Amino acid sequence: MQGPLIESLARQGVSRRTFSKYCATLASMMALSPVAGQAMASALAAAPAATRRPSVIWLPFQECTGCTESITRSHSPTIEGMIFDMVSLDYQETLMAAAGFQAEEALHTAMKENQGKYLLIVDGSVPLALEGAYSCIAGRTNLELLKEASRGAAAIVAMGSCAAFGGLPHANPNPTGAVAVSDIIKDRPIVNVPGCPPIPVVMTGVLAHFITFGSLPELDALGRPKAFYGETIHDRCYRRPFYDQGKFAKTFDDEGARNGWCLFELGCKGPVTYNSCATTKWNAGTSWPVESGHGCLGCSEPDFWDAGGFYRALSVPAGPLQMVGAAAAVGVATGAAVSFLNRAKKRAAKAGHETTTLADLEK
Amino acid sequence: MNEMQLLTWVRGPGLNLAVGIFVLGVLWRLFEIYSLGRKKDLSAPRALPGASGWRTIFRRTLPAEGMLKKAPVTYIAGAIFHIGLAIVVFLFAPHIKLIQSLFGISWPALPSQFVDLITIVTLVALLVLLADRIMNPVKRFLSTFEDWFTWTLTFLPVLTGWLAVRHLLLPYTTMLALHILCVELLLVFLPFTKLFHAFTVFGSRWFIGAINGHKGVAV
Amino acid sequence: MTASLEKGVRVLKEVIDAPIASYFNSCVHCGLCAEACLFYTETGNPKYTPIHKLEPMRRLYEQEYTLLGRLKKTVGLSKPVTDAELGEWQELVYNSCTLCGRCSAVCPVGNDVVYMVRKFREGMSASGNAPEGIKGAANRTITIGSPMGVKLPAVKAQMKHVEKDFGIPIPMDVEGAEYMVMLSSMEIMNFPEYLGAIAKIMQHVGKTWTLCSTAFEATNAGMQIGNSDLARVIVSRIVEGAEKLKVKTVISPECGHAYTALRWEGANLVGRPFTFKVQHIVEVLGEFQELGLLKTEGFEKVRLTFHDPCQLARRGGVIQPQRNLLNMVAKNFVEMPDAGYMNWCCGGGGGASAIEEGEALRLEAFKVKKSQFETVKPDRVVTACANCRIVLEEGLEHYQMDLPVVGLTEMVADHLVAKGA
Repeated sequence: MQGPLIESLARQGVSRRTFSKYCATLASMMALSPVAGQAMASALAAAPAATRRPSVIWLPFQECTGCTESITRSHSPTIEGMIFDMVSLDYQETLMAAAGFQAEEALHTAMKENQGKYLLIVDGSVPLALEGAYSCIAGRTNLELLKEASRGAAAIVAMGSCAAFGGLPHANPNPTGAVAVSDIIKDRPIVNVPGCPPIPVVMTGVLAHFITFGSLPELDALGRPKAFYGETIHDRCYRRPFYDQGKFAKTFDDEGARNGWCLFELGCKGPVTYNSCATTKWNAGTSWPVESGHGCLGCSEPDFWDAGGFYRALSVPAGPLQMVGAAAAVGVATGAAVSFLNRAKKRAAKAGHETTTLADLEK
Repeated sequence: MNEMQLLTWVRGPGLNLAVGIFVLGVLWRLFEIYSLGRKKDLSAPRALPGASGWRTIFRRTLPAEGMLKKAPVTYIAGAIFHIGLAIVVFLFAPHIKLIQSLFGISWPALPSQFVDLITIVTLVALLVLLADRIMNPVKRFLSTFEDWFTWTLTFLPVLTGWLAVRHLLLPYTTMLALHILCVELLLVFLPFTKLFHAFTVFGSRWFIGAINGHKGVAV
Repeated sequence: MTASLEKGVRVLKEVIDAPIASYFNSCVHCGLCAEACLFYTETGNPKYTPIHKLEPMRRLYEQEYTLLGRLKKTVGLSKPVTDAELGEWQELVYNSCTLCGRCSAVCPVGNDVVYMVRKFREGMSASGNAPEGIKGAANRTITIGSPMGVKLPAVKAQMKHVEKDFGIPIPMDVEGAEYMVMLSSMEIMNFPEYLGAIAKIMQHVGKTWTLCSTAFEATNAGMQIGNSDLARVIVSRIVEGAEKLKVKTVISPECGHAYTALRWEGANLVGRPFTFKVQHIVEVLGEFQELGLLKTEGFEKVRLTFHDPCQLARRGGVIQPQRNLLNMVAKNFVEMPDAGYMNWCCGGGGGASAIEEGEALRLEAFKVKKSQFETVKPDRVVTACANCRIVLEEGLEHYQMDLPVVGLTEMVADHLVAKGA
């Protein structure tokens, strides 16, 4: 492998071997073949040589900056640095040095010079209430910014659950009228990378795929890359045998909890959540929520905030059964009314009884 | 609406509505049926210890003498279906959790693999009963749309529940949502179809037991 | 006043009660009642399924007494019951049902189908849809006094014959006697030995008894046709007679439906509890046996089996006494398959034997009795109902089986040790 990137990495103490291993790992995590790993390595290494590094523009909307925080938590800074050397991150409010007018100018220049070719990353939801006034940058609403930026984007990455599905702001009662990116933009390829926040290597894996192949990876029905969101937490959870045996922790500090039993009864949404936490884990494979003793929140699923409560098991009602009292009252009332009518009818029939004589047996 | 929203709906407003209609329906229908009353029997009773309505409630669960060989499919498949359904509904951990959240009571569950086996046996029994309803001349003659409809209402929750646990046919979230939806449909229609026998069987058996017990015949 | 659909519907509305409502709502169409009914098992025709015999009543119940049913009727989703339909159902409710009650015995959800058929007959008769044969019997019972048209002079003539043959006086209208004995037409006409047997037994045990000139007939054709008004007329005669003569117990003879009509329906028909006991002759004999009052000698040597009359055993609760009595006078008594509570109907009860056009069906249904006899191979069949006797004899003759049918009371009387007057 040749190229400026390889030389840059070597200077930072990252050998070719380490770099190849990284690409192979990335490829295997995305369930791509070993050949793809090699292709990825060549592409990444050669990328900056002849052409410009691909432009990446990151627009933050109604977000908490958690996604940015996540992507900067890396296995090792030098590999993440490689990602940033691989692309030209032309606009990222948290990480860029510029601010104010200079930042705005960087954005517009990048959009103009890379028209049709830049990768647009969006995190945060888009508020629509009050004509979008709930979230503005430089006096312009997120909605306007999104529409403008998406016109020239090759593809859009809706980073995090807010951008992918509306996230926390979208939760009941959704006072800001928050919507997902895909609710606004219909004419560009969009990949949803949900999670609250998404796993770091999931985010970089999607970017690496795009940069290597120039296209988005295979997506599921909700627009999520199948490589990372193709299986549920439940199906990869190391505590699954306890679920199958019916061994559940019933409180957070009972014997079951201490024994590491299944957290289904404590509200774990693993069975309905598609993500890689159970395999990839967090913080360079240190741990993940279930391993720490807390049920999965389902944060990579739409409307997980309104899914009945983090501590209510999937098999219990999502909300209180409010109708039962009223229904019982109406049922009794209806029954009593019908009973009254029935008994009246029977009484009338009895009162109208005409004693049958022999003659009355003939029609 | 995506599958997660559907799941949240069936676990929330859908369940609320279905349970509401169920409670309303059951109470209405119980009043409707039993308010007609029964005239007192003025004939002198014949005392026979053990001949009563209560005894019959239990005794009728078993086949009458000589009848098992006349209709083995109905008795055996019927028993397997009812017992299997009871085991699956009441001894499967997630179901017990649901009952606990609604009523505060719970009991130990059976291992989930065992419940899985019982579910398959129950599904087979249901299919056998369907086949018998089609092939047996009496059942075929008696059956109306309601019989086929209620069979489907009963079959689908068991089938979708099994498919969900086994991760077959559709993605889990959707399958689970469909399972809960099928249960809700069953609840909604139960008080207004022959499925209401789940409640009236006690009254009917009690009546026939009491009426015959008065004559000193233990039925 | 004549019969009309309107009358029939009104009567049905009167008789439908909570048990019937519960039964209709419990039926799951399992078909087990058909497997218990001899009219289905011997013909294979599903229309004889017991619960199906009630279909018009079920629809009427739904349309009159359920909210959804009323709505369905209003929007035309539920057809009203018509006179033509009731006419169609006559065969099912009368010809193919003897009120034997086997269906009720097997229903897994506890439906008392025979109870419902009995009630359905109220509507059928009030709407003019009862069969000619039973109408005739009812007519004769009400106007003449017995379904076979037997009047008091004929009874008195039989009394004289029996007195001569047995040398025992037959009392009539004796006030204060302990037992009032009733007869069924069948016995008066065809089996006068019964009256003689009664006389012998009563003398043997030393109990006072009497016939009643205004109430000698036990058969209640009103009950068979299923009309409480007519049944009441017939029962009232018996009640009046018993009360006038101040007897302790009224004995219902070897007849099935007479027992049901008097013992179980009687008090409800007249609207007050009886002041006297009612017992079937088999019950009375059983009681005498338990008290040690019956001294017998000798045993029947031939192979015997017992046919349980439905109204006595399954429907009436008298199952063991007949067996105790038989064992007292027979050494070779063998039970037929399904003996006792689940025994099969002879096919002629409930008025069925009076329906001419139902004869072919009855004879086909008789095949089940035939197979019971073929299994047990008795030399003689004993029973305790005169109608069963006739029907069994007819059936056995049709299938060319040489098998005498005898009555239990006579058999017991035959073995009594002569004691002295």
